[in-house]
Amino acid sequence: MAVCIAVIAKENCPLYIRSVPTQGELKFHYTVHTSLDVVEEKISGVGKALADQRELYLGLLYPTEDYKVYGYVTNSKVKFVIVVDSSNTSLRDNEIRSMFRKLHNSFTDVMCNPFYNPGDPIQSKAFDSIVSTMMVQAC
Amino acid sequence: MEPHEEKPIIYTMENKPIVTSLYGSLTQQLPREPMEWRRTYGRAPKMIYLEANFVQFKEELLPKEGNKALLTFPFLHVYWTDCCDSEVYKASVKEDMQRWQAALRLHGSVDWIIAVVESDNKKKNKTNLLPRTSIVDKIRSDFCNKQSDRCVSLCEPLKESSRSQESWSSFLTKLRTLLLMSFTRNLGRFEDDMRTLREKRTEPGWSFCDYFMVQEELAFVFEMLQQFEDALVQYDELDALFTQYVLNFGAGDGANWLGSFCQPVRSWNGLLLRRPIDMEKRDLIQRGEASLLDLRSYLFSRQCTLLIFLQRPWEVTARALELLHNCVQELRLLEVCVREREFRHVCEACVNKKLKEALSSVEAFEKHYLELSHAAMEMYRAIGRLRSARLVGKSLAEFYMRKGDPQSAENFLLDSLKSYVSESWGLPLTHTRKQIAECQKRLQKMDEYLQTSALLASDTNLSDDERRHFCQEILTFATQTAEGKGQQKDARVALSMSSFTRLQELRFRPSSALVHVSAALQLELRLCSLMPVPVTLEQISASIHFTQEQPGSTAQKRAAQNPDGTVTFPAASPASGSASALELCEILEHSSSDNALSSAGVACRNMHLLMRRHDSSTSLDTPNTAPAVAMEDAAQMLRASDVTLLPGNNSIVFTAPSQKPGTYTLRQLCATLGRVQFILPHLYPVVQYEVYSQEPQLSIQPLTEHLLAGLPQQVKFTILTGHYSVKKGDALQLSNTDSMPVLHSSTCSARILSSSAELLAESALSIQSSEKVTSISLPVTPPYHTLEFLLEVLCHIPSCPARMESERLTNGQISRRSRTRFNSGMTLIDQKVSVDCPWSIYSTLVSLTFHVPFTIKHSLLSAGRRKFIQVCLRNVSDTNFRLTNQTLTENQHSPSLELCSLNTKTHSLVFRQQCVFSVWELRWSGVLPVSVHCEFSAAFAPADAPDAALKPYRYDFTLERVSTLYSVRAEIRPAEGEQQCCTGSLCRLEVSLTRLSEASDSDEEYSETDGLRSSRLLYEVMDNSSNWAVCGKSSGVVSMPVAAMATHKVHMEVMPLFAGHLLVPSIRVFKYQPRLTSPVIQPDTDSCLENDSLSLEDQAETASLRSRGSVQSLGSGESAQPRGPMPKRQAFGPGQVFSGTQGQQVLVLPAADLHLMEVNVT
Repeated sequence: MAVCIAVIAKENCPLYIRSVPTQGELKFHYTVHTSLDVVEEKISGVGKALADQRELYLGLLYPTEDYKVYGYVTNSKVKFVIVVDSSNTSLRDNEIRSMFRKLHNSFTDVMCNPFYNPGDPIQSKAFDSIVSTMMVQAC
Repeated sequence: MEPHEEKPIIYTMENKPIVTSLYGSLTQQLPREPMEWRRTYGRAPKMIYLEANFVQFKEELLPKEGNKALLTFPFLHVYWTDCCDSEVYKASVKEDMQRWQAALRLHGSVDWIIAVVESDNKKKNKTNLLPRTSIVDKIRSDFCNKQSDRCVSLCEPLKESSRSQESWSSFLTKLRTLLLMSFTRNLGRFEDDMRTLREKRTEPGWSFCDYFMVQEELAFVFEMLQQFEDALVQYDELDALFTQYVLNFGAGDGANWLGSFCQPVRSWNGLLLRRPIDMEKRDLIQRGEASLLDLRSYLFSRQCTLLIFLQRPWEVTARALELLHNCVQELRLLEVCVREREFRHVCEACVNKKLKEALSSVEAFEKHYLELSHAAMEMYRAIGRLRSARLVGKSLAEFYMRKGDPQSAENFLLDSLKSYVSESWGLPLTHTRKQIAECQKRLQKMDEYLQTSALLASDTNLSDDERRHFCQEILTFATQTAEGKGQQKDARVALSMSSFTRLQELRFRPSSALVHVSAALQLELRLCSLMPVPVTLEQISASIHFTQEQPGSTAQKRAAQNPDGTVTFPAASPASGSASALELCEILEHSSSDNALSSAGVACRNMHLLMRRHDSSTSLDTPNTAPAVAMEDAAQMLRASDVTLLPGNNSIVFTAPSQKPGTYTLRQLCATLGRVQFILPHLYPVVQYEVYSQEPQLSIQPLTEHLLAGLPQQVKFTILTGHYSVKKGDALQLSNTDSMPVLHSSTCSARILSSSAELLAESALSIQSSEKVTSISLPVTPPYHTLEFLLEVLCHIPSCPARMESERLTNGQISRRSRTRFNSGMTLIDQKVSVDCPWSIYSTLVSLTFHVPFTIKHSLLSAGRRKFIQVCLRNVSDTNFRLTNQTLTENQHSPSLELCSLNTKTHSLVFRQQCVFSVWELRWSGVLPVSVHCEFSAAFAPADAPDAALKPYRYDFTLERVSTLYSVRAEIRPAEGEQQCCTGSLCRLEVSLTRLSEASDSDEEYSETDGLRSSRLLYEVMDNSSNWAVCGKSSGVVSMPVAAMATHKVHMEVMPLFAGHLLVPSIRVFKYQPRLTSPVIQPDTDSCLENDSLSLEDQAETASLRSRGSVQSLGSGESAQPRGPMPKRQAFGPGQVFSGTQGQQVLVLPAADLHLMEVNVT
């Protein structure tokens, strides 16, 4: 289960970022922000050669001592980042993938809302509850 | 290290040292060709090159029972012999072989081969002995009872002959095959044993270290066979197994053997990748004394060695990082206490020696830390990971701050702030900014510190206490410097206003933002204070740029302002100024002369923002603070003093200066707080207001849609005073005209309105009229006000509509003051009024258009000799009128004439668009004059105003040739002998022309024959309805004597074409003027004009009455064609011929023979 989930706009400003309350929120902001470097690297590396069949899931962006950071990029260059505790080794790649897919579906619903202005921070309750299901429950 | 040091062992047994010389070429040639190795457990077959070490067989070297070592395992046993003598074989070799076989059997080794080397020289010596094959056969029968391929003969291996080559290569193939079979068998068995061992791992007493040694043995063998991939798999399996155990331990499922790995870490020697096998660590593992780090290090060093053999060095670094993270996790899981731990990825590149050096002293550590940090930053920058580089820079800045070196820290912090600002990452932004504030405070950079403090004080990510703290910092600074520090007193600190307040809206009162000179104009500024506490500002001011009013540009629209006079300031967009929306506005330009629209367009107001280049470089380099803000000096300012801004929304009201006409543009906004000034360098969108100066204007407009002539009508006078103030005694002078007098009453009053159309006062007007001028005294009115009053005027209807008149004006000019036009059935009268205004030396000419409400027509009707005059009055206006006193009088007052009214009613209503007819009989005695001048007069008033005064209406007209000259009768009778007229049968038409009066018109032409005057008449039968067919001539000329009751009868035959009551055909009579002989004496011009005008050569019907003045054919008739001998006809006037049988009908029966019947159904 994730400790931090973030949605970042095409222009790299955060649309949504939520982390487990037990750990420092700021730290996750820094981690997610830095991970954009790797996301951009991966997008630009893949973008030209396989523009059509590009895999949205970017895989593990980078591991730190405490966390593993996974990335996902929609076709409109909106980035999803999921941070997982690296002690949580039971989590498989496929589970991360399905988390991203769920996140993407919910994000699509947010974008379909006619009252949502693209580029604004996401405040949807539905999206929030989807994220909650993927987060580590605070104990 | 030589990687191919270790090779599979082949034990050899021989009885002659001669074959030793073969080993060299064997070891060389064995790996020349690959063999396909088919594997068990579905593993893919692969081609391998086999190598071997040949070792002398010794029984004591054979592996004992239970020894699992594979490295020293004898995979194949070869027995060499060059014996070719059966006796020798029987005597010694066989026995030796049997002993060898027994030893092999004892150790369960089934992989053996017997090689019989034959040489030619021996063969030559003993050719008579047994054939050489017999030894081989013997050996085969003795030892290889089933496996005949276990005995191979080798033919002169050291010779170059083809036979020896062939046998040599087949021997090599055999050797490889057998070796491979042995591998398969022995490795398979080993793997099975190993698997069995692994299955037992849940049993108590199982040791991972033991198992490790076993599986590593397999890895070694694969490595020996140069199957590095397979070797790596063994280590990876061990790695995974161990990891799983540690994880299970973490989950509470502990294994006993893990206890040895839980010992505290006292030291870690670092990784050594130089040696392929770290035997010290291996021994530790074998003894079960290895720590977690020892095991991990050993495993990793082995994996790295194999990866390097596989030429995949990049995986080494990837696995290294994983290892480091993994170790940390595992140490934590195993609850191993670690004394010193410095696992930073920057240390990865650090070699052991350096780390030691770094840990030796604080200075050295610092040096290395900085070195590595900078190296990492440079590396990140080089590969384009700017964010990571800046994060490292930020941690470096934290290091410098702790070291007490804010100077060095500042740049790193500012640099990393850029990313967060440009990409709007709120929390990191706030955090970094706080660090910057701390840094700037320590550096005593007060300007920057205050700016940062302002930003932080307005930052909602911070707690209220923190925000209050930073706000207090500013307030303290502002008040503190007011007292002390005399030398710096004048130096003010200018800060950007955007961090202090956010502008929301600016509202003009009045909303048009357009006022006249020195009028009151207020601006209400709504702004949102971002400070956490109320702030009292000494002054808030806005500088104004003034542009002199330019003539003709007054109609320019201030595009940014809404119609309700508000300017809304756009909220700062969160996505770093990516205001991508087009701001469009319409631009209308009016020409200066007549205020007509000359051009219209659409303009984009934020083009300078949109057209800017968007590169990737600028996106991350948005400056932190606004560029140096400076207050402009401006001549005029909007000021508000001692304003307290509460947190949240505030409203400030300014009074705008409006002394001079022109455009005032707001430029900058400045809030002063002690020594601190918050400045907004540019107000956007543009805020403008205009002050104008206006010339006085007079306009006169009708109160109703149409002004009607002949009735008193109200017109509205509107005076816009503009900059002129109406003083006491000022008066409007209207020059009088006879056709439009001004009707003034005492109740006339004027209204004074302010510029915003508010009624201020109402005062009576005094109007004096002299003969030439009507003077209206105006009430006192201040500038930029409106003065309104109503005045009644009456426009006389000219009695003759066609006559135009010019009048003499009071000032002596002769001018056409009123003009009559005809427009769509209505008669229009344009009346010009000349007004002298007190503010101008020139007269103002105002044009008013009046509509005549009636059109009128007259006609002359005859009945034999009797004459009637009909007048038709049509009301063309939209008003209903009362009409009375309709009278018709004869102008010349001839005593012989009398007009008798046949009208029964004296009053009548004329509804709009309706007619009223009135008829009079004209009676006379004696001779009727040629022309009769009549005047019709009536009085009218609007029907809905019963007490309104009746106004006269007059109409003059002239009737000419009134008396009846001829009477025409037509009569149809059936043919002789017939009772009735029938269709298809001829009938008789008798036309009788009777001269009624002796007197004649002046223009009648006579011919005098024998003293008897006669005139010639042309008659014509006209049957417009085609009921009759005229047989023979339908027209003819008769000569009528000029005498009363002279009658002429003409008979014709006509045939009715239809049955029924048919109208008698009408008979037309014309004057006839024969042109008999040429040359014609030209008559005088007057008569020619009269004659020609009514003569038509083409005999066309001249049915309509033509007016006398027509000069239609005057020119063309004479010049276009020569006057030939053509007779002419001329119509009579409307009353001159009376048709007595007009409208008479004759009964026509259908023909008796009805064999043809037409039925018309309509």
